[in-house]
Amino acid sequence: MAILTPQNEQEIRNVFGQLKDPVKLVVFSQSLAAADLCAQNEQLVREVAALSDKLGVEVLNLAIDRERAEGYGVDQVPAIVVEGARDYGIRFYGVPLGYEFSNLIDAILVASTGEPALAEATKTALAGLTSDVDIKVFSTPT
Amino acid sequence: MAVASERVRSTAIEATEFPELSRAYQVMAVPKVVINDRVQFEGALPEPEFLGAVLKASASDAER
Repeated sequence: MAILTPQNEQEIRNVFGQLKDPVKLVVFSQSLAAADLCAQNEQLVREVAALSDKLGVEVLNLAIDRERAEGYGVDQVPAIVVEGARDYGIRFYGVPLGYEFSNLIDAILVASTGEPALAEATKTALAGLTSDVDIKVFSTPT
Repeated sequence: MAVASERVRSTAIEATEFPELSRAYQVMAVPKVVINDRVQFEGALPEPEFLGAVLKASASDAER
């Protein structure tokens, strides 16, 4: 059974009309731990990716593809890496339903355009960062 | 912000799927944002305030 409704799909297709660069969605799954969640995550990502030919999906296994996981800094599953022209450091852990789903769509859009919707002052301030910033956002599906 | 700067990494975590992580970061209400494991806030912040939190977290690290 599909996760996205036809209405979801139409809304997302409209948003994806703004996509520019191709975006790769790298999904990390594992067959033992959290198998159901990983399967659901994969299905969701594939359904989303099917809505634009600029989107590609690569499914990797956390254990088998350990080097790729380490390269992305991924250590839990299910995980999604949203990669545009380069890896911008955007990660989703857990199936991104509810609140996180719109964040996933936004992440795909911004990774594709490479243009963050931030004020100039914010962009200037970020350009002046002298050390790394790790932002974790916790949310729930409801 | 992750797209705006190569130094920024952004990770969205579904709290109910990762209870240990949520416990480690004492997530009681969502959304909860944790920056560099040192600055945190709950709820949505307007962009200037969010930036303020990012700069504060970054400055603390730079001083070390």
